Amino acid sequence: MKKELKVVPIKNGTVIDHISAGQALNVLRILEINAKNTRTSTRTSTRTGAAGGAVVSVLMNVRSKKMGRKDIVKVEDRELKSEEVDKIALIAPNAKINIIRDFEVVAKHKVFLPNSIEGIIKCANPNCISNAEQEPVVSRFVTVSGSRGGVQPRFRCFFCERLIEDVSGYL
Amino acid sequence: MFTKRHLISTRDFSKDEIDFLLSRAEELEKFARGREQGWGWGEGEGEREGEEESDLLKGKILANLFYEPSTRTRLSFETAMKRLGGEVLNLYSTETSSVTKGENLADTIRTVSGYCDAIVLRHPREGASRMAASLASVPVINAGDGAGQHPTQTLLDLYTLKKEGLLENLRIALVGDLKYGRTVHSLAYALALYGATLFFVSPEALRMPEEVKMDLRAAGTAEAEAAGAAGAGAGAGAEVFETSDLSAVVKEVDVLYVTRIQKERFPDPAEYRKVAGAYRVTRGLLKENEDLVIMHPLPRVDEIDAAVDGTKNARYFKQAFYGVPVRMAVLSTLLGAGGERRREGEEKQGASKNARGNRRNSGVGEEAPRTLRERTADDRERECYEQHGKDAARF
Ligand SMILES: [Zn+2]
Repeated sequence: MKKELKVVPIKNGTVIDHISAGQALNVLRILEINAKNTRTSTRTSTRTGAAGGAVVSVLMNVRSKKMGRKDIVKVEDRELKSEEVDKIALIAPNAKINIIRDFEVVAKHKVFLPNSIEGIIKCANPNCISNAEQEPVVSRFVTVSGSRGGVQPRFRCFFCERLIEDVSGYL
Repeated sequence: MFTKRHLISTRDFSKDEIDFLLSRAEELEKFARGREQGWGWGEGEGEREGEEESDLLKGKILANLFYEPSTRTRLSFETAMKRLGGEVLNLYSTETSSVTKGENLADTIRTVSGYCDAIVLRHPREGASRMAASLASVPVINAGDGAGQHPTQTLLDLYTLKKEGLLENLRIALVGDLKYGRTVHSLAYALALYGATLFFVSPEALRMPEEVKMDLRAAGTAEAEAAGAAGAGAGAGAEVFETSDLSAVVKEVDVLYVTRIQKERFPDPAEYRKVAGAYRVTRGLLKENEDLVIMHPLPRVDEIDAAVDGTKNARYFKQAFYGVPVRMAVLSTLLGAGGERRREGEEKQGASKNARGNRRNSGVGEEAPRTLRERTADDRERECYEQHGKDAARF
């Protein structure tokens, strides 16, 4: 396990491994981990969606046997819950979540696409009501086909019913 | 059986639910026929079905909220509501109304919800009705959202086919602009639920979009599975053929569903004239198949020759009339008046009936707004659990 995680191991927290190369920053964006919400002294924070106070390290373009190249994100002192992390399956369907306690991997999970995704994808249809600035509406997508076994994930806009296959341009 | 609170998209409905609405339309059709309609006139006075009156929706108010002009649809809803004894508020997009004063749709919906028992919405943006349904405290009926859905049009098309005895084992050609024409997308989807054989006839540039075709396969499969699970046997599913040649399919089908090809889709006017000519329905074409039924969502321009109007093949004006009983069925079902739904509602209310005592307290008003998209999500979730088994409870 540890060998696979490479570089400096973390003592406690979450390692997101096997992120598709080039997607690490999008992962942080989806997890809403950024300078603004990465405050100090909130180690016991139970907020979801943000890694308050956490030290975050990003490894990009790491050599990988399975994937050729991959990205890795490490979030210290914070065990990300599945419902927080599953959303990254949108762009990193092969990602693995490793929960680390005292330098040991105590749990390892795949990510699963949620059935419904709110507020992350922007609808590709410019005439969709979810793209109307004057309306108080949050985008919402229904997962039409999953990403298990390398199947291309497809999403349908809850509002206009348009399908999106490659979401990376619409985050 | 009928679980929907709103009518937003054909995709939301199962075949059973569509069947329910179509039977309801059949029951209500006698109220839709005006004296002057000419149909259903019997020999004697007593057989004039058209004279029957209904007060099924008495005391109910429908708000017609139209952000785009659509006289036909609006009038048809208005007639349906009034023939069942209800009242109609018309809110057009005019200079003086809030519709164009910059108030957003969300606020308008929340406000108008307080003035009526149901909202019919036509809006230029796709998904507008779906959003409205999530905000409204009354049922929302989508009367067209941009290039999106127009479910009551699909229902009246199906009703027309049913009245002609053609809905089962149907062979139908959808002709014209299959790329942008919204009526053909949702109609094709609904027909797939009925296991129809579909012929898509269009110029190369206006072919049925790939994602719609994909949807048809899914609709067929879902319905076949449902039939299998219920032990009904007959697996539905659409068989689809595509061609640019109208004359090639005329002998193959029972129905031609003709749609308008818009000039704006062709940068070259000469090309448009050529294409429009190739898809024109004339009396000459009818000679190839004398029993052919011609349908059209209207308004038509010149894709059907006026000489066809007087033939036994033409059904488009009758089809337009069927919008009234179908919209009656939709309104009465969503407003919880009559039919199965009302009985359910009455049982449920029982004790609370007198407590509130307002006119809205007679049907679905007590339920939380619900749309089928949510049901689909639920279904998906179940599916997901079934597939992943205990993996679903990972962590
Ligand atoms: Zn959309």
